[in-house]
Amino acid sequence: MSERVTIVDYGLGNIFSVARAVEHFGVDVLLSDDPCVLGEASRLILPGVGAFAIGMQGLRERALIEPLRKFAASGRPLLGICLGMQMLLSGSEEFGDHEGLGIIPGLVAPVSGQTATGAILKVPHVGWSPLHNPLFGNSWDGSILAGLPEACEAYFVHSYTAVPADDAHRLADTWYGNCRISAAVRKNNVYGCQFHPEKSGPAGLKIIENFLSVV
Amino acid sequence: MAGVRLIPRLDIKGPNLIKGIHLEGLRVVGDPQVFARRYYEQGADELIYMDTVASLYGRNSLRDIVSRTAQDVFIPLTVGGGVRSVDDVRELLRAGADKIAINTAAVARPELIGEVSRAFGSQCMVLSIEAKRIAPGRWEVFTDNGRERTGLDVVAWAQRGVELGAGEILLTSVDQEGTRKGFDVDLVSAVVEVCPVPVIASGGMGSLDHLIDVCGRGKADAVAIADVLHYDRIGFSTIRAGAAGAGISVRTI
Repeated sequence: MSERVTIVDYGLGNIFSVARAVEHFGVDVLLSDDPCVLGEASRLILPGVGAFAIGMQGLRERALIEPLRKFAASGRPLLGICLGMQMLLSGSEEFGDHEGLGIIPGLVAPVSGQTATGAILKVPHVGWSPLHNPLFGNSWDGSILAGLPEACEAYFVHSYTAVPADDAHRLADTWYGNCRISAAVRKNNVYGCQFHPEKSGPAGLKIIENFLSVV
Repeated sequence: MAGVRLIPRLDIKGPNLIKGIHLEGLRVVGDPQVFARRYYEQGADELIYMDTVASLYGRNSLRDIVSRTAQDVFIPLTVGGGVRSVDDVRELLRAGADKIAINTAAVARPELIGEVSRAFGSQCMVLSIEAKRIAPGRWEVFTDNGRERTGLDVVAWAQRGVELGAGEILLTSVDQEGTRKGFDVDLVSAVVEVCPVPVIASGGMGSLDHLIDVCGRGKADAVAIADVLHYDRIGFSTIRAGAAGAGISVRTI
């Protein structure tokens, strides 16, 4: 298992819960917004809540965009959580078009908030929803979801969802009404969770623990 | 499909978990840590901590309890009581809270809702409303644990709160709170009707039928449960199974 995880601290949202979940496994956490520190990290978590454009602006102001792209290309494990996952994609339609990190091809789109019969669902999607392995998606074996039962539930709170261009990058999906939510993505060493593993009870802790040892 | 969230509510005074009736006449139940951990292990969807005396004395004894709880409880933690500023919010988030419930300070200075929402995201900003029935179909907002009148109409205040940036409403019926006589379902339904954000119904749960009623007729998005859990009148698994059996969508543990 990894000895240290670096969490990108770019001024957005609550990073302390993520840190505590990592520390639960006896692993040191380093919070940093220094491009050099991130460049030398062995394992990186990109957390975040809130609006896509503000998140990207936070990364841009700290000159973290290129270091994050380089880190992803280097083969070292990277985990984006919630907004951190969405920013891995190419861009978002949230409040106008915005460019993302472009590490995983695809876009970020609003959660539609409708059932199959046309009834209105509240957005944001808040609460526990089951994780399903998509038909043409990535296998859970050897991934951050290794060992979890199909349809185990995780805690979500979000108004937008990633739409990966390539189904092969989908690791888990869930449904909110008739809206397909990309719950987790994987491209090689790069992972994203739309849900909050640090707030998803024992199953979530298992995901964090898996991330600490994925190669 | 995200179902109805079942949320144990732990009211705190000093170091103790307490329970009152109509938010008053408080009795000590035990060590909040022990109860929080137990509910986590039993599969609670989230937890709510409310400091019942913080806004009276302008202090916050919750921070230590929150930080100890967050060490081994990994579900969303909503914390409220005596929160007055963005700095107060930051301190509680740092201690381990995920969402902050604000009542008195939001009534005194509504801009605080927007400030918190912009700084930490609207999912973090829970508007706590204490409601007392003043006429059929009309409720007034109270502060300081149901002690102080505000003159505000509950439904209008909930709408205003959402416009200002609240991401969730914690709606406590002072009339029903601690009575175990059921939720004020009309109140819940009146607020749910106008609110585009989730509403947590709080106050009055005494039986499974009450839960079924507030989820069915009241359309609550989440339910806060205190007395029946703290005194072990109904076990958590019985509540979850009963809700599922009545056709309410809840998480399967």
